[in-house]
Amino acid sequence: MSLRAIPAAAVATAALALAACGGNDEPRQTVTVLAAASLTEAFGELAEAFEGSRPDADVRLAFAGSAALRTQVLEGAPADLFASASPDEVAALAAAGLVVEQRALARNALVVVVAEDASARIGDFAGLAEPGLRLVLTAEDVPAGRYARESLALAGTEFTARVLANVRSNEANVRATLAKVELGEADAAIVYASDLAAANGVRAVTIPARFQVAAEYRIALLGENAGARAFLAFATSPEGSAILARHGLEPVAVAP
Amino acid sequence: MTALRARAPHLGLGLLIAVFALFFLLPFAGLLERGLGDGGAWDAITSDTALDALVLSLWTSALSLVIAVVAGTPVAYWLTHARFPGKGAVEALIDLPIVLPPTIAGVALLTAFGRRGLLGTPLDEWFGVTLGFSTVAVIMAQLFVGAPFYVRAARAGFASVDGQYERVAHTLGASRLRAFGRIVLPLSWPSLAAGAALCWARALGELGATLIFAGNLQGETQTMPLAILSAFERADGLTAAVALAILLLAVALVALAAFWLLSSRNGATP
Repeated sequence: MSLRAIPAAAVATAALALAACGGNDEPRQTVTVLAAASLTEAFGELAEAFEGSRPDADVRLAFAGSAALRTQVLEGAPADLFASASPDEVAALAAAGLVVEQRALARNALVVVVAEDASARIGDFAGLAEPGLRLVLTAEDVPAGRYARESLALAGTEFTARVLANVRSNEANVRATLAKVELGEADAAIVYASDLAAANGVRAVTIPARFQVAAEYRIALLGENAGARAFLAFATSPEGSAILARHGLEPVAVAP
Repeated sequence: MTALRARAPHLGLGLLIAVFALFFLLPFAGLLERGLGDGGAWDAITSDTALDALVLSLWTSALSLVIAVVAGTPVAYWLTHARFPGKGAVEALIDLPIVLPPTIAGVALLTAFGRRGLLGTPLDEWFGVTLGFSTVAVIMAQLFVGAPFYVRAARAGFASVDGQYERVAHTLGASRLRAFGRIVLPLSWPSLAAGAALCWARALGELGATLIFAGNLQGETQTMPLAILSAFERADGLTAAVALAILLLAVALVALAAFWLLSSRNGATP
């Protein structure tokens, strides 16, 4: 191919791509979903099942801390759906007029994870206040970190102060927090119960019911897009709920 | 005709240059527009978080630079003159962190110095020393990604010095160290200063390796890039992130200007 032919070929390819998007015969719909880091595996499977049932759909997934995703959407990141680990982030987008529709998606409990070699040091929730424990939390501004601090607060201000004195790092998302314990860098962390399914080499210590704070996941439709609407319906359908449940989440299976 | 061509670039080329320049200028313009147009920026710059991060960034990156220069100068000098089998491999190894994505550098540091790392395990078990989540880890991350830039530039600088000058100095009775200080150092000064500037800038901007190897805690391991990333995640965080970015940019510009001034002043006269 001569050098001169390349631009023509590029234009032709672009035109074909446009035709494929706009054509009536086989419309290929791309659905961009931004989701909380804790939904990584669950949404991976959700997207796969969705694409399986709708061969014309193409789901693109991006995972990060809900707070970072919220800022990205506010700054104009092109996304069709936003699944947040807390209603606050969705509310911020709704306040900016970016949400077409939102639904409750699932709930998630908190759990303490302990590194294998630190198992002897911490036996229960109270052990988090043990002096010298290397604790890692998710940053206060990210849902997982907010919930963890709310849970600590339920156990009293003095206990909270002692636990926070053990914090060695405030990670950007809950999976980074979990990784620090998996690597043995940290002794313990507070993460979501659903994260256990994706965890290696850690032991779980349950948080007593009276100190539990349930994370509320919400999913928001950010624009009118048939494919995105279908994905929203699928995520909150019985089939979608079953997938979420398999990954340790408690789906809110009722319709809006 | 040719002279005319050189002065007035082709229209297409001119357009390309303009687009390329805009690509680099617009992000800075955007930062300034956001930062100066928002009343919250000043609060963000004068917050505890920002000051702690700035102080930590400045002294850790300065210390990283000092270590890089003190350790890197002899290594670079030796590498320039030594001949041994496998020299190419050693040089490539020293250059490796330059092309390594910082996140990989962070993981690599963990596997070596982390609590379950090659050296980290004995350090923890025998001496109870753990490097992760400490300011030492921050400096190690900065040194790992920054020092190769200095060593590389220093090698190029030393290699450009004509060996005859040194030999003459020796025959005139100057010691090796004296010859190095009076001949080699002044002649290779511009390269050294440029390498030092790159090394320091790289250390100041270090994010990925620090995040993975050292963690993120205010006053302890939260350097400016980490503080900016953390601010980005707050509800009203973009203003703070932009403000901190402008602050870091200003500090970096001042320091780089000082480096260039230093290199041009002393470089001229051997």
